[in-house]
Amino acid sequence: MAQQWPVLTDGAWGTELQARGLPAGEVPDLWNLTHAEKVEQVASAYVAAGSQIILTNTFRSNRIALAHLSGRIDIRALNRAGVEISKRAAGTSARVYASVGPSGKLLASGDVSERDLEAAFEEQIEALVEAGADGIVIETMADLDEARIALRIAKRSRLPVVVSMVFDSGKNRDRTLTGVTPEQAARELTSAGADVVGANCGHGIEGYIPVCSRMRSATTSPLWMKPNAGLPELVDGVATYKISPQEFAARVPALVQAGANYVGGCCGTNPEFIRAIKTVLADP
Amino acid sequence: MADLKALYEAILTGDRQAAVSLTQQALDEGVDPQLLINEAMIPAMNEAGRRFECEEYFVPELLLAARAMKGALELIRPLLSRTGAKPIGRVVIGTVKGDLHDIGKNLVASMLEGGGFEVIDLGADVPAEKFVEAVREKQPDLVCMSALLTVTMPAMKTTIEALKAAGLRDRVKIMVGGAPVTEEYARQIGADGYAENASRAVIAAKQLLAA
Repeated sequence: MAQQWPVLTDGAWGTELQARGLPAGEVPDLWNLTHAEKVEQVASAYVAAGSQIILTNTFRSNRIALAHLSGRIDIRALNRAGVEISKRAAGTSARVYASVGPSGKLLASGDVSERDLEAAFEEQIEALVEAGADGIVIETMADLDEARIALRIAKRSRLPVVVSMVFDSGKNRDRTLTGVTPEQAARELTSAGADVVGANCGHGIEGYIPVCSRMRSATTSPLWMKPNAGLPELVDGVATYKISPQEFAARVPALVQAGANYVGGCCGTNPEFIRAIKTVLADP
Repeated sequence: MADLKALYEAILTGDRQAAVSLTQQALDEGVDPQLLINEAMIPAMNEAGRRFECEEYFVPELLLAARAMKGALELIRPLLSRTGAKPIGRVVIGTVKGDLHDIGKNLVASMLEGGGFEVIDLGADVPAEKFVEAVREKQPDLVCMSALLTVTMPAMKTTIEALKAAGLRDRVKIMVGGAPVTEEYARQIGADGYAENASRAVIAAKQLLAA
């Protein structure tokens, strides 16, 4: 059966967990072991909203990002639990693509070596694959070298691998922190073997339309796009995302027009956004 | 003859090893350390900052330039202090409580060191009490706080309030930064300064201390 585009993915997890009691500043991934039922509620809410692919609560579950908890946490168990939770919620209604986020350290700074990154991603990705993930999403990457290391390891699984970069730097917010352009990311990640390439986080859907077109100009592979719900604005000193699910969804056809094949949201989005996108896509 | 042009290039291209050996060579030849700083090192960092502003350089290039500058400065600093010259200011820097992101904070720390500041780095996930203690004990001129997450930004305000409660707020200038932080937010929480990137942070820090 031919793939029907676009595929609807999910929205943010961290803020949804905070709404269920996760204290600000606590690592959301830890709840996979301590509050599995709350994490499953978030996953189920996305499935109910119409997500065809949901991710896992494992974005920070690598030993470098969690170095401050070293020895107190079983990294493999955290990742396995993340996949198991999402699979329970997904049932037969959605596929589970496991989330792999950045290490939080820059190779260029010398704070971390290629070997450190390999060991960390190997440990995480092996656990995600063992637990039965349907795909791997290497996301919010700023550095192509780090993304390529994670990609190389993920490809051993023979599962579909998505690599998604964050374009939040430069005057037009169209470069990654290390200066990578959308064209360069699309071209180099495709040639490194990514099945799907894309962008997430960084800015709102308006800024994603040119980023998506530029990636489309550089690859024929499917594109994965997860914008934020705009840029946060301050309300009484608290950063708040003010764009509504309907406003966001109204721009999704333009994003699809620009070449997006997988559509969802990042920071500030929630199951209401996914529901709104589904409505718009069903009746354009 | 000291090769100022080569030292300038070594710093600009982030070649720490070359920057250190060229500096040592120049010092061995009896070149005035202040001349090395003024004629090669500061111009190199200014050029790195300019390239960052016009998107020829990004974070990695800027970080490497700052580290090369720091390596060269480490050789020069003992000589300067012997002549009575002091760092232009002392800075306490950290990423606020609950936030583990330190790439931006580390870059700002390196840029400030490259800019001639003495920097005391408290690390990431720094509770307000630790900032208070550092201000009391180290008597810095400037406190810099970083946050990458919207949910950890309020810890900047908490820290400023803790400094007030400890009676230390007026002894220091406070500067904040990080992806979600804006000039308006800095003003709202009662910080003295804000910089949108690491290159501007050095300029802002100098302006704050001159004020």
